[in-house]
Amino acid sequence: MLVHSRAGKRATWAVFLLLFVPLFAVPLLVILAASLATHWSGAFPSGPTVERYAAATSGDSLQALTTSLATALAASVLALTLGGWAALAAASLRSRGRRLLDALFILPVAVPSVVVGLAVLVAYSRPPVLLNGTRWIVILAHTVLVTAFAHQSVAAAVRRLDPMYEQAAAGLGASPARVLWRVKLPLLLPSLTSAVGLCFALSMGELSATMMLYPPDWTPLPVQIFAATDRGSLFTGAALAVVLMTSTLLVLAAVSRIRTRASYR
Amino acid sequence: MTATAATAATTAPARSRTVPAWVWALPPVAVLALAFLYPLVLVGRQSVTPDDGGGVSLDPYADVFASEVFRDALTTTVWLAAGSTVGCLVLGFALALVIAFVPFPGGRTVARFVDVFLSFPSFLITLALLFVYGSVGMANGLWTDVTGAADGPFHFLTTPWGVLLAEITFFTPFVMRPLLAAFSQLDTGQLEVASSLGAGPARIIRQVILPEALPALAAGGSLVLVMCLNEFGIVLFTGAKDVTTLPMLVYSKAILESDYPAACVVAVVNIALSVGLYSLYRVVSRRAGA
Repeated sequence: MLVHSRAGKRATWAVFLLLFVPLFAVPLLVILAASLATHWSGAFPSGPTVERYAAATSGDSLQALTTSLATALAASVLALTLGGWAALAAASLRSRGRRLLDALFILPVAVPSVVVGLAVLVAYSRPPVLLNGTRWIVILAHTVLVTAFAHQSVAAAVRRLDPMYEQAAAGLGASPARVLWRVKLPLLLPSLTSAVGLCFALSMGELSATMMLYPPDWTPLPVQIFAATDRGSLFTGAALAVVLMTSTLLVLAAVSRIRTRASYR
Repeated sequence: MTATAATAATTAPARSRTVPAWVWALPPVAVLALAFLYPLVLVGRQSVTPDDGGGVSLDPYADVFASEVFRDALTTTVWLAAGSTVGCLVLGFALALVIAFVPFPGGRTVARFVDVFLSFPSFLITLALLFVYGSVGMANGLWTDVTGAADGPFHFLTTPWGVLLAEITFFTPFVMRPLLAAFSQLDTGQLEVASSLGAGPARIIRQVILPEALPALAAGGSLVLVMCLNEFGIVLFTGAKDVTTLPMLVYSKAILESDYPAACVVAVVNIALSVGLYSLYRVVSRRAGA
């Protein structure tokens, strides 16, 4: 609809592919190819094998996958509750309070995740609350890290909401609770689902804070991948990465099925 | 999970006649304070408490600021982040524009594919680049096969340029995602009207799409700037001795050297830098009308 001539469209698509394929598709394909190879010393990988997948879906690696899924689920639900609540509460405040609340909840994005890991480690390795060495310290750190993203996307969507809808509903006699439940939340649903998808994906891939504080019995998949590649098993790392990407993709696909008429395209 | 947030927030406006609105903002703020602000305060306190038990002192700061490693890390971090952000904004805007407004078969798959990129642990990009441009990777393999030379021409992976390429690749989707969301809410009728009134594609982009996209560009750009300042996985994985950034320094001081006061000093500097730049960016982008 922006470019009308056939030649113009073709040229645009060609430029798009020229940028997109080497930058984004090739790395993905390379990881996929490497996960199926035994060695790679020339232009192409050689020695096809599926053995790495057998190893990547059993024992420690399987446990790492379930650990990652559980952590990401817990963190994204907690983050959506916390961030979404704050965004909706901020919307009913005056502009100064709203700006303060927004700034407060965006702060975890600005703080490096390594530092969040360090801070949580320093704070919860001492009384009164001793979480160091438990899975809860990992879930806590992940929740802190992704809450900002949940808050940011819900807050942006709340700002974009056309106030006409809620005013019309309120004018027709709906209580504020009913306006929120029947008007605002359905309109916000695309943002809420995309927020939860983003949080889940980020938590699944989180490495920096996790590296600072994971206990031996709660090793998420990214740490497992790092451990494999760090000891030189690049191909095992690639197979684990494919497992991670596939499981994240499956969850994202499930989340994106929740759609409403609120989005045009 | 939507329901949880919903029930929590449903009651907020309902009782606002009896309870002031700010009371409903207190529970999330309290949780955030306990989980995030309190730990940050402790990091600040640790940074002025040397291990030798001499009470409060600024010695850790003096020691860290005097070290060559720290000053190198600081400059490297800043220019890498700035360069990556510019690259991501340009590339992300161009790609999102094509996906949204010059639709092609499979465009939705591409958009979905971009989402998957967000779920990559960032260091996987470096891993992939090792297979592509590494000393025994694809590009060098092709070169030696074709020319018969013993060695390929690509050696930039362990330099800052390798990190820059990895960061642009990894963070561009963070610009594209909010842009695609903004584009999906843009009524295409506006484009048709502008077009039928005789505006060319360049003018439509400049006068119709860009104003709509500015908030998303500002949001995506500021996010990427700060995420690049804070990036850890990519640098860790590059394994280059001469590319040390601030987050990398925090990790090596705390976990490898167990020097917590020094780690906390670097952490405080990194926080000041990231939060400072981020606030500046937000103020500027608000002034710009975003």
